[in-house]
Amino acid sequence: MVFAILQRLGQMVFVLFGISALVFLIFFATPGSDPAARIAGRNAAQETVQAIRKDFGFDRPLPVQYAIMMEKLFVSRDLTSFVNRGLEVVPQVMRAAPITLSLVLGAAVLWVFGSITVGVLAALTRDTIIDKGLMILALIGVSMPVFWLGELLNLVSQSRFHDTFLFSWVPGLGYKPFFDGPWLWFKTLIIPWFTLAALYIGIYGRVLRANLVETYQEDYIRTARAKGLSPSRVMIRHALRMSLIPFITMFGMDFGVLVGGAALLTEVVFGLNGVGRLTYQAMLNLDLPMILATVMYASFFVVVTNAVVDILYVVIDPRVRAN
Amino acid sequence: MQEPSGVKSPLLDVQGLSVSFATDRGRVKAIDDISFKVSEGEVLAIVGESGSGKSVTLMSLLGLNDPKTTYVDGAVAFRGRHLLELPDRELRRLRGKEIGLISQDPMTALTPVYTIGWQIAEQIRAHENVSQSAALKRAVELLAAVGLPNPDEAKDRYPHQLSGGMRQRAVIAMAISCNPKLLVADEPTTALDVTVQAQVLDLLLRLRDDFGSAIILITHDMGVVAEVADRVHVMYAGRIVEKGTAEEIFERPMHPYTWGLMASIPPIDGPRLSRLPSIPGMPPTPEAIPVGCAFAPRCRFSRAACAEPPPKRREGDHIVLCVLEAEERERLRAAVLGQAVAA
Repeated sequence: MVFAILQRLGQMVFVLFGISALVFLIFFATPGSDPAARIAGRNAAQETVQAIRKDFGFDRPLPVQYAIMMEKLFVSRDLTSFVNRGLEVVPQVMRAAPITLSLVLGAAVLWVFGSITVGVLAALTRDTIIDKGLMILALIGVSMPVFWLGELLNLVSQSRFHDTFLFSWVPGLGYKPFFDGPWLWFKTLIIPWFTLAALYIGIYGRVLRANLVETYQEDYIRTARAKGLSPSRVMIRHALRMSLIPFITMFGMDFGVLVGGAALLTEVVFGLNGVGRLTYQAMLNLDLPMILATVMYASFFVVVTNAVVDILYVVIDPRVRAN
Repeated sequence: MQEPSGVKSPLLDVQGLSVSFATDRGRVKAIDDISFKVSEGEVLAIVGESGSGKSVTLMSLLGLNDPKTTYVDGAVAFRGRHLLELPDRELRRLRGKEIGLISQDPMTALTPVYTIGWQIAEQIRAHENVSQSAALKRAVELLAAVGLPNPDEAKDRYPHQLSGGMRQRAVIAMAISCNPKLLVADEPTTALDVTVQAQVLDLLLRLRDDFGSAIILITHDMGVVAEVADRVHVMYAGRIVEKGTAEEIFERPMHPYTWGLMASIPPIDGPRLSRLPSIPGMPPTPEAIPVGCAFAPRCRFSRAACAEPPPKRREGDHIVLCVLEAEERERLRAAVLGQAVAA
């Protein structure tokens, strides 16, 4: 088991190396695009371009360029932005990461508990009005664009009803650090959490319901009922436990991608300067070092959550342990 | 059948059980008015082809059918309590404690993510107020009782780590964990290979002797029936077409369908048959069961009278639903079964 985990971690490092090399090649070695000319801007003098080329090391061979870039990114951590010359990239990512993590972690808690509640309730009341109602709600959650829902909630809580007792507690937009006051942090994030989670509660709730309904056809559920167990025990210990395996797979992928920056729309709508927004701005300005840093950060989380999911499998499904 | 009338009521008394399913084309009757009794310590075999309603019957006794799509009528008395009228809470107390279920496929009958010891202990603790460790200890004893080698180690195994026969033993250990009065075994040997089948059957008989449980054994395997059954009910298309003791059924089967079943057992000695004898045609689907004898379309001896509901004929307690009169029946049986043996 320890060996399996070590092996998984080794694979992780390998995958991260591959991603970094690929990203580097795409941005810095694409034929026909000269990063030095990009940085220099339109109609720059040839001398300026040359100076920049020398400055950033673009006149050296590719592997050397790659090594310099990685050294600056991971070892000395003084890689600077092309666009805002002198601004260091890594501290910016480090400042944005807790914001995104706060947003996504909170939303993940909401969506895990929300979707399990929705899925279990719907499966227990299958084909009744409750089931149908929940599934319609879930479908609405899936269908609402996150930016629209976010703006709507902002409109209601920040503007139209902000002066009523309902929403007077809502702080202004923007992130409030956890260590400056957990309660304020919580109040700031609760609406963004809900906004981000709505989609996932919908998807996960529907998938979980379908899985549970399928699981209830299984022989072992019949065995569990024939044992004289209570319906809630059959549901939670047997059906839900088995349905959690695909659930965790989905969760690992979505969580990794969101921490990696896919929560961009929510971040923008609620004025949270997270990683998604940072990446987006870097893309707009073609700020290659920043893009490189955020992509590495994002792939790190995707790869890590996938590794965590693989390890979780070993914990929850004994059939995986055998291999 | 030796039922001392009035002295002791049977363990299980099923009267006029009918089961129908809701389908897209309306209600479809899968079980039509069947009655049977099981006494204590008795092995009753219910025999029939796939789809004849054997499993449905048992599942409705245990209340394990989906109540939204299944309608059950009739009266089922278990030790004087009417199972079909019991609220779910009460029924749950009987399930697993007084009626144990052994299901068909041991590969899928256990939840894959729990050890077998845990699953047995779970059942014990559902019915008795004992600690987890005491329940686990009982589980080990039960695993030993069903002949699992190394039961102490086996209790920590997951279902996928055991072979089919081992798993079926574990399922049986679970079914008997609360000393049920009645064991319901739904084709317990179908998924096992022949040597393991024999072991499992021996085990069932031994349990009957040791614990005194009655067993309802559902099967389509006449070999299994011959080995263990005290009494045999032959089911066809949702009806019991013949009832009798095992001896009566094997010595003097009365229904042409039973003859077909007997004739299709390949003989052990003699030259190898070029074709195995079989009953031509397929059993009707529940939607298409005729009013008269359901077997008539496949019966070699069908006649106009078969379109009417078949009369009940009896020789003592040996009962059959068929129009054939005793005399003709003897002649035809000799023809069918004699021919099968000769061929």
